Amino acid sequence: MVAASQSLAPAPGISPLVGVWHAVTGNFVVRRVAKALLTIWAVATMTFFLVRLMPGNPIEQYIGQLIAQYGLPYAEARDMAASLFSVDLDQPLMVQYVGYLGKIARGDLGMSIKSQGAKVSDIIVAFLPWTIFCVGFSLLISFILGIALGALMAYWRDSVLDYALTMIGSLLHSIPNYLIAMILIIFLGVRWELLPIVKMRGSMSPGMQPGFTIAFVVDVLFHAVLPIITYVVTTVGTWMLTMKASTTATLEEDYVNFARAKGLTDGRIRTAYVGRNAVLPLFTQFTLSIGFVFGGSVLIESIFVYRGIGQVLVSAVSGRDYPVMQGCFLITTASVVFANLLADLLYGYIDPRVRVGQ
Amino acid sequence: MSATVASPPSTPMPGMATVRAFGRTLLALVRQPAGAIGLFGVVFFLLLAFVGPSFVVLDVKTKLGKEYQLPSSEFLLGTDYQGRDVFSQIVHGGRDIIIVATTTALITTAIAVSLGALAGFLGGWFDTVVLAIADIILTIPQFPLLLVLATFVRLNNIVLLGVLLAALGWPALMRAIRSQVLSLRQRDYIEAARCLDLGTGHIVFQQILPSMTGYIAISFTLGMINAIFLQVGLIFLGLVPLSGNNWGVMLQLAWVRGAIFIKGGLGYILSPVVAISLLQLSLIMLARSLEEIFNPRLRRGN
Repeated sequence: MVAASQSLAPAPGISPLVGVWHAVTGNFVVRRVAKALLTIWAVATMTFFLVRLMPGNPIEQYIGQLIAQYGLPYAEARDMAASLFSVDLDQPLMVQYVGYLGKIARGDLGMSIKSQGAKVSDIIVAFLPWTIFCVGFSLLISFILGIALGALMAYWRDSVLDYALTMIGSLLHSIPNYLIAMILIIFLGVRWELLPIVKMRGSMSPGMQPGFTIAFVVDVLFHAVLPIITYVVTTVGTWMLTMKASTTATLEEDYVNFARAKGLTDGRIRTAYVGRNAVLPLFTQFTLSIGFVFGGSVLIESIFVYRGIGQVLVSAVSGRDYPVMQGCFLITTASVVFANLLADLLYGYIDPRVRVGQ
Repeated sequence: MSATVASPPSTPMPGMATVRAFGRTLLALVRQPAGAIGLFGVVFFLLLAFVGPSFVVLDVKTKLGKEYQLPSSEFLLGTDYQGRDVFSQIVHGGRDIIIVATTTALITTAIAVSLGALAGFLGGWFDTVVLAIADIILTIPQFPLLLVLATFVRLNNIVLLGVLLAALGWPALMRAIRSQVLSLRQRDYIEAARCLDLGTGHIVFQQILPSMTGYIAISFTLGMINAIFLQVGLIFLGLVPLSGNNWGVMLQLAWVRGAIFIKGGLGYILSPVVAISLLQLSLIMLARSLEEIFNPRLRRGN
């Protein structure tokens, strides 16, 4: 951000290299990509050193366990542990670290301890898409629903609809999403027996063939509907209230008055003049929300027994399957960082003021 | 303002005025319906968690034949899987939750306020570094990070849990404080203080921060809300081996034992759900009303 303001006024006479440096760091896209990579690197570094430097570190533990359980000689147990964690234990720590980063860059995240022979990357490829589908779809629904309802609330201020939605929105917003999930199961599933919750577990029915068939799509939605309802219900309130505040503020802008004075139609003012500008503050909220919802999927998936990456992370954590845990966490973070990056670039496209730097 | 150079601890606002300001805020709070309800809820839960246990004895006796009973006059909220009274568990189960939430909010606010104020006031490389760290922490999904950390740090101590939650919770508030300080430092009275050479510490903590008290109070409440969300989630997944009794442990036991599938278990599982939700709701209503009091511009919108 500091670099951005400098790049606007490059001092004359400095070497061309500095000029290029300022041009590159001053570029909005370059800065955002650099920030994303920095975050992923920080997370990879943190997990690497946590696994190795913490007291009772999991590699030593695992070696000890192999020796005790299978009576392996130390060297053999050590080799096995090294291959599972995808590190070379004979190298100095810094060399291990560089090697680890290199392997991550190539998509090699080691092997699972608990399910022998399964590659962590394969596990992630199998489960991550379900979470992305579920969370992404929910965010999209709740964002659109929230914008529509929020705009309505702003136009019909102090109406019954406004008060009712404000009440419901704040109420749902304050209850933790996992409690909403439980309430859904308790009442819809068990008390009133409206939904067969046991059958709805998993990400699809056993024996279902993936493909672009109606049966498959219906089945996938059937399994995802409860998590989606939970995500939508717990996030839509925020969008609604933010959109209402933002629309109310935009309605008082001079250019809106001017448009009215010019005699433009209400429809045109509402969409092109008010709507487009009122949505802008929601984008910054959107980026924060992606991380929150994606992170919260850990709890929601455990409650609904939805087979996504969050549930894999929970079982890896409770089973102390460190390579899987490390990989899942890294990928979850990377997905959030990537989604944030996309949202930010989109924001920069919609609102050109952002690109110049704050 | 002119005589404050030699006497460091004397602020322009001594005790009496602070008490009066607090009283005025309280009064404004009670005048709004939402504020009154929120305040009443928070006070109710504080009394329940800290005074209640001296009146209600925690029921630890296994009673065969009385498992999973629906609420009745004998057991106000029903019984659990061992026939123990749920009501007494609710009374005793709030203390730890509120202590962790308060610890977290205190540390979060302390870190956020000092870093935010310094970053905003000093600027330069300090500002850049603090902002970059805050950005990274904000981007990493908090809950998975806590899960991973919980495998390395044994979170069996409520203060430790509070510290860990605070270590992840400060960035959002820090950024807000920073931008407020950025705008405040242009004001004339700060300029005057700087001309008097009062020192960074004095200007930040004695001149700038007092004008942000309201904002900090709101953030404190929001910090508590977030801490409750995270800690109950962690306890629910069985990652915080907290011994004893609290709403999170109740929730986890009821869920794992399958209380939802047993007709008589409704009181057992719904009690912690309702308790946590009502506490969260009270805190949010309190925060919203504080916001309206300290930020009069909001009042016009509603």
